[in-house]
Amino acid sequence: MVFPDGTEALRDISFTVDKGEFVTVVGPSGCGKSTLLKIASGLLEPTGGSVAVDRDHLGYVFQDATLLQWRTVRANVELFSELNDVPTAERRQLAQEAIDLVGLKGFENHYPKSLSGGMKMRCSLARSLTLKPPVFLFDEPFGAVDEITREHLNSETQQLFQNEGFAGLFITHSISEAVFLSTKVLVMSARPGRIVAEFDIPFDYPRNPELRFDPDFAELSGRVSVELRGSHS
Amino acid sequence: MTTTDNQATEAPDPASAPGASRAAKASRAVLPPLGLGLALVGLWYYVSYIVLEDKRRFLLRPIHQVIKVGFMDADNRTEELQALWSSTRIALIGLSIAISIGFTLAIIMSQAKVVEKAIFPYMVTLQAIPILAVVPLISFWFGTGATSRIVVCVMISLFPIIVNTLFGLQSAEQGAHDLFTLHHASRMTRLRKLMFPAALPAIFAGLRISAGLSVIGAIVGDFFFGKGDAGIGQLLRRHASRLNGEELLASVILSSLLGVVVFGFFGWIQKRATGRWHDAISAEA
Repeated sequence: MVFPDGTEALRDISFTVDKGEFVTVVGPSGCGKSTLLKIASGLLEPTGGSVAVDRDHLGYVFQDATLLQWRTVRANVELFSELNDVPTAERRQLAQEAIDLVGLKGFENHYPKSLSGGMKMRCSLARSLTLKPPVFLFDEPFGAVDEITREHLNSETQQLFQNEGFAGLFITHSISEAVFLSTKVLVMSARPGRIVAEFDIPFDYPRNPELRFDPDFAELSGRVSVELRGSHS
Repeated sequence: MTTTDNQATEAPDPASAPGASRAAKASRAVLPPLGLGLALVGLWYYVSYIVLEDKRRFLLRPIHQVIKVGFMDADNRTEELQALWSSTRIALIGLSIAISIGFTLAIIMSQAKVVEKAIFPYMVTLQAIPILAVVPLISFWFGTGATSRIVVCVMISLFPIIVNTLFGLQSAEQGAHDLFTLHHASRMTRLRKLMFPAALPAIFAGLRISAGLSVIGAIVGDFFFGKGDAGIGQLLRRHASRLNGEELLASVILSSLLGVVVFGFFGWIQKRATGRWHDAISAEA
């Protein structure tokens, strides 16, 4: 991927994510991780190579919750159904299921300005869940929330992955988040972004937060960390 | 959760917002401007009676004199009210036209950067023309009656509507646009469901400024183009030339009252339309 100003953002990237796989890409900031997702989603056309993603009902959450301020939680969650002309009754039901799933029950009529950062992110997740996405892209969604909320959201995300069985592609620069969530971790180098290492993560789902203090988890995280540092040169 | 107490302050729920605190809140909103108003009236009297000696008092008549002659006198009152009505009508027509033109131009400009770049410099130019300079042209083209007054009103009140509406339409964040792109939303859907609602706070900010300007525009237009019904501008002119201090001041008060009412009206609509989701820094109307 080369931008019009000549910046080469990505080079020789090739990988697949199957149903039931949760692949996380970690890399230094500015290495083109977000660009990778934009290409996967079709928001950007790659300058070379090919992409095959099932883009019907694509789940996609951004770094910001990108909620529409003038819509209540419910109306925000209903947005995609509305854009895709889903009938009102079905729309309502899909939204309610998704809202229950992310634990926002009782906040349906709140406006985003009265939600905490973590709740906004949950709302954003729920919005994508209404699509019943076979493929779910996450672009550093929990970067802006505090550590405790982040751990909660991580647990909930792997729960969602386990229950909904989508193919997940997750971007982060947190190693522990990457190892905790994924079936596979890819390490990307600084610009131009290339994949320099690949780790299979063997832990069973559902994963408990305590997994983070498991020696195997620490050992694996350490190896990812070494690769990440090596990639930074 | 923090959300519940936020909610309580907004919702007019008697259980969670006791009457006592509401009264305290109201008095906090009313007392400061009232106090300053009284101080200004005091200053007015001070200037009328102490600074000015008897034969120069016509420069600033005392306030009760202004009220007595300007508003209580039946003939004067009829004249003032007719002028007020005439100017209000011109201001409202002018404002409506400015809103239609302004919205249309802003929406067109928001659809393509190229169009914005083409139109915008001319908007700035139009805004920079002093009305005084084009008064003769306007009277050639549109005569010296109501049409010309409306033209002046539109010229004066148009710019803030265009600028604020355009700014508002462009204020939706890129991420939100991406959502609509991902779901193949049409231009119309994007405009209706994303850009327009996102623009509402800015649109109202523009409307409030323009509403005030439309009153000024109506009076300025009236000052130059007096054919037909006399508006406040004509009254100002007549009283100024005759050195009718009381009537002059009464007309000034009337024109600013009209401006305040229009400004407050749009503030009220704004609150109704966006108050629930937008943290507006708005003056209580």
